[in-house]
Amino acid sequence: MSEAIIAPPISSTGRSLRTEEMIINMGPQHPSTHGVLRLELIVDGEIVVDVVPHIGYLHRCFEKHCEHMTNYQQVIPYVDRMDYVCSMNNEFAYVVAAERLLKIQVPERVEYIRVIMAELQRIASHLIAVGTYGIDIGAFTPFLYCFRDREMILDLFEMTCGARLLYNYMWIGGLSHDIPVEFVPKAKEFCGYFRKQLRDFNDLLTYNEIFVKRTANVGLLPADVAVNFACSGPMLRGSGVNWDLRRDDPYSVYHKFDWDIAVGKGEVGPVGSCWDRHIVRMAEMEQSIRIVEQALEQIPEGDVQSAIPKRIRPNPGEVYARTESPRGELGFYIVSDGTGTPYRIKARSPGFVNLSVINEISRGSMIADLVAIIGSIDIVLGEVDR
Amino acid sequence: MEQFLKTLIGDTLLNHVIIAALPLVFILLYALVAIYVEMKMAAHMQDRLAYMRTGWHGVLQPIADMLKLLQKEDTIPAAADRIFFILAPYIVFVGSYAAFAALPFGSSFIGSNLNIGIFYIVAISSLVVVGIMMAGWSSNNKWSLFGALRAAAQIISYEIPSAFAILGVVMIAGTMNLQELSAAQTGGIQHWMIFGGTLSLMKKLIVIPVMLVLFVVYYVSSMAEVNRTPFDIPEAESELVQGYMTEYSGMKFAIFYLAEYANLFAVSAIATVLFFGGWASPFASAMTGPLWSTFWFVAKGMLLVCVNIWLRWTLPRLRVDQLMYVSWKVLTPFAFACVLALGLILVW
Repeated sequence: MSEAIIAPPISSTGRSLRTEEMIINMGPQHPSTHGVLRLELIVDGEIVVDVVPHIGYLHRCFEKHCEHMTNYQQVIPYVDRMDYVCSMNNEFAYVVAAERLLKIQVPERVEYIRVIMAELQRIASHLIAVGTYGIDIGAFTPFLYCFRDREMILDLFEMTCGARLLYNYMWIGGLSHDIPVEFVPKAKEFCGYFRKQLRDFNDLLTYNEIFVKRTANVGLLPADVAVNFACSGPMLRGSGVNWDLRRDDPYSVYHKFDWDIAVGKGEVGPVGSCWDRHIVRMAEMEQSIRIVEQALEQIPEGDVQSAIPKRIRPNPGEVYARTESPRGELGFYIVSDGTGTPYRIKARSPGFVNLSVINEISRGSMIADLVAIIGSIDIVLGEVDR
Repeated sequence: MEQFLKTLIGDTLLNHVIIAALPLVFILLYALVAIYVEMKMAAHMQDRLAYMRTGWHGVLQPIADMLKLLQKEDTIPAAADRIFFILAPYIVFVGSYAAFAALPFGSSFIGSNLNIGIFYIVAISSLVVVGIMMAGWSSNNKWSLFGALRAAAQIISYEIPSAFAILGVVMIAGTMNLQELSAAQTGGIQHWMIFGGTLSLMKKLIVIPVMLVLFVVYYVSSMAEVNRTPFDIPEAESELVQGYMTEYSGMKFAIFYLAEYANLFAVSAIATVLFFGGWASPFASAMTGPLWSTFWFVAKGMLLVCVNIWLRWTLPRLRVDQLMYVSWKVLTPFAFACVLALGLILVW
């Protein structure tokens, strides 16, 4: 990375010419800020001296809305709209929290279907992340390959619950629909197909010489900084920290499957670079396929709606449940006052926390690197602003 | 062609106007075809269909796009420098269009049979930088300014390796006249410059690898000169939002695009003349003649344009410092070494 301070040029009169830093706004309407994020850049030529993120353009009062629902079940469609590229994972986190508050034990079949859906959604979300990352770096074609494959996952979801983006599928205590008969063979077929696609994608983008040059050595996030900023998900694992809530704070039936946690190893440069975060996402898709395949094999029979409570009125108390969403630790803190309406719901969204590290890791890099860094954080502004 | 026109209408002003207008007509037609080919190639690489509605497989879409741009409101930002803002796209276009004057479109058509043809093209294409700087500066937009400065740095840097690659070919051919250069490569594929031209067999064997390197150097730097991926840093959609073109709309924007496509063909055509025989037929004396020669010239040029499109939709973009590295520390030394090697071979 180049030095931020350059000696000012000397004019013919012997006095040094006056140079100054430029303040420039990146966003809210900028193709690389992945939504309505505004970054205030202070640049010295091409070099970024400082970055100040301004958020809140997409604030929709999610938490306040939840306090005015008539019951707990009605929060789920709102949760969908938080992080709209991985709605299933948001629902998962919320229902896990609500069920812990209500002390409901859901049937085994429901847990398996939830895991299958959450992992398929993780793949869909990571496909958008790596696809748009390609666009940020300047490669347009991989993006469309990602969307083609994501389409197949959305077809599976549509087959199950009729919706393609915002599902309202996981309910407290159960699911809105059981999976149809043809779901299992179709999902297995997808898993086989997608393995091959991942290899092709790695050839096309991940190990492309230009891509490696653009992302390795850029946006270095040391493990201690990542932990201090409470980064989670691929952001944290890209820095070499082996931490995944699916294993370290178990929920649902993840302990029944055999899978590995992808960690950045610094294959092409120092650990914690943008490339490491990208490869962690690629590897996680592979692991999600493994989980889905095992879950499809072991899925038990049962009724998916048997445990849905008729009336949801939890005892006064509070609960915090956290799950591993594609972006990191997604937690819901619910306070109940004994009525049918939640007293307070607080979402701990991974994108918001991960974004806070941007200033720390992009100081002194170039504008093009900043684009690579934003892309590697993989923010969804719907979830950052809520 | 000129002779034919002269006998037809005499040596009048009209004659010169027709000669000058022909490349313009070609550029307009070619741009429509190139836009269509680019969109279709990109779409098929990306597993989609592109235009399908306007005409058979959407062949009329480029015309519809052009008409749409003509109708659009032509906005000029309030804080822009009006004169330079309006002038800039035309200067960029003039830079690309003027290069067509010295391109040998066939054995009997060349706009101007200059004896310093290639030198003229190298010189006149530099005018594009002036237009881009004007556009970026007069837009009064920080992103545009970034784009313009990047473009100026990039185009000037890449002119050096490309000029050296051209120099290598000129050393072998002994002429800067593109018509003579093409004529020297007639008589079959073995006489093309990339295979050592008309040198003796012994020398050819040594020259061929050098020429291959020179071709790669020229082709890479020409891609950078026309601002195409992986060197589209001045435009850099995802960083600078089209760079110096950000504030342009309507017809001015269309002119920038036209200039970009014209430039793309110009550099491909130069590569054709320098390395692949220009209008010379690859099959010795078969398929020669004025019309065939024009066909070969355009076909070879379009083939190189297609290679460019293919690369554009495959590769990511370099960073601005990496771009400079490629120019100054990779291409320029290689071009120098090749020119030196060619000099030694020719003296020997």
